[in-house]
Amino acid sequence: MMRASRVAAVSLRYFYLVRGSPVRLLPMIAWVAIDIVLWGFISRYLGGLTRFNFVATLLGAVLLWDFLSRVMQGITTAFFEDVWSRNFLNVFATPMTIGDYLLGLVLTGIVTSFLGLAAMLVLATSVFGLSFFAYGAALAPFVFVLFITGISLGIVGTSIVLRFGPASEWLIWPIPSLLSPFVGVFYPLATLPAWMRAIARLLPPSYVFEGMRAIVTGKQGVRWDQLAFGSGLSVIYLAAACGLFAAVYRYALKTGLIARYSAETAN
Amino acid sequence: MGAAPDAVLAAEGLTKTFGALVAVDDVCFQVRPGEIVGLVGPNGAGKTTIISMVLGVLRPTAGRVRIGGVDVAANRSAALERTNFAAVYTPLPGNLTVEQNLRVFGLIYGVKQLSARIEALLADFDLLRHRRAKTGVLSSGEQTRVELAKAMLNRPRLLLLDEPTASIDPSTARDIRARIVEFAAKEQAGVLWTSHNMYEVAEVCDRVLFLSRGRILLSGSPAELIRQHGAPNLEELFVEVAHEALRPAGAK
Repeated sequence: MMRASRVAAVSLRYFYLVRGSPVRLLPMIAWVAIDIVLWGFISRYLGGLTRFNFVATLLGAVLLWDFLSRVMQGITTAFFEDVWSRNFLNVFATPMTIGDYLLGLVLTGIVTSFLGLAAMLVLATSVFGLSFFAYGAALAPFVFVLFITGISLGIVGTSIVLRFGPASEWLIWPIPSLLSPFVGVFYPLATLPAWMRAIARLLPPSYVFEGMRAIVTGKQGVRWDQLAFGSGLSVIYLAAACGLFAAVYRYALKTGLIARYSAETAN
Repeated sequence: MGAAPDAVLAAEGLTKTFGALVAVDDVCFQVRPGEIVGLVGPNGAGKTTIISMVLGVLRPTAGRVRIGGVDVAANRSAALERTNFAAVYTPLPGNLTVEQNLRVFGLIYGVKQLSARIEALLADFDLLRHRRAKTGVLSSGEQTRVELAKAMLNRPRLLLLDEPTASIDPSTARDIRARIVEFAAKEQAGVLWTSHNMYEVAEVCDRVLFLSRGRILLSGSPAELIRQHGAPNLEELFVEVAHEALRPAGAK
């Protein structure tokens, strides 16, 4: 049975780490700020060449994609703190259930990613005039899909590292970059060849970016049915990610992976 | 053998295999309230494997573990609520302060009146002046005291200690032994204690389980075992039993 105090313990541990170490706080804000500044000036430059609203389409897309990446990284980074400090046995040889642990990681990811989102919104709005809030509540379903997808990717990432050991950490950082060409962050899906479009249809963020482009350009209506399909997919993937983590955890219990977790022994 | 109704720990037919290797082979034992049981044996005998199975981080191939009557496989979380452990190979996160570590683990164990409990343990283990120090910068002895404070946070009915005094000086080790003995008596907690220090085992353990190649070879109180086998002390008995157990079948 899940217990709030155990979930809180996972988040509290990360809060203590961040509070005691500005080195951990800085990347939550610095990297997204750099992205916004870089893409903000690119958008401004391109906007000067044509009448197309690059700030809304390009910078908005960067902001949303960074948000998804930060949700994923928020979860995986909180998990890595246990990997780096070899804390698995301390954590799992307690009443902590995997539900408690995962929920604690997700809550931590929510807080850290929303910090990053807030920093991006402030910068994009104040410096580059991105009027994201003008779209109001229409944004909520888009953010929801990205949020759920980010959580799923974070859980998949932690499962990979739990199964294959700390050395596999490098495998999970590029996951968002690998997905980005398929989901059409910066261009319509129609630009893609057929085989890439087929993959894109299986990826919830592709419905988000198609929908957002429709809203921003105002040329065609948002396909809410498509977005609903993307939402459904994201929830299915979340359930599958939780199932994957549970399966890896069961494997770890059978093989003793948790009891002897380190870079040398996990593979 | 049925488990005594008051046993805080009952292992029945506990077996763990890794492929062809039998790490623990049909082991049965109990720990009663207030009893300190030493689990000793040569390296690779299966001590840590048994502790991992008791803690629910390693699934037995066969057999079962019950803590306070609760089956670990069936209800791991409930079984571990009144259990705790300290092991030489699992230091607490060094990047948290002593107090932060105790608070995080206190929440995990659902300790009531956590602040008061932390204060009491910091005082008991002479850690008040280190409360805001990062755990990783403390000396080995101080870190061991922090781990024991963590292990006693939830007033466990079962305390598992895997070489708790390894790598610390004799004076600190004596102090730590005294605290554990006092805790077991006061809280009526069962303690399962692994150690390679036979003088320590003879001093603190009510009963000793000699383990070799995953099997319990001998069981009894330190004094009984020494008398029965005509050994001068527990260490000599350990050496003798370990050599016997390691000798290939048929060799003289």
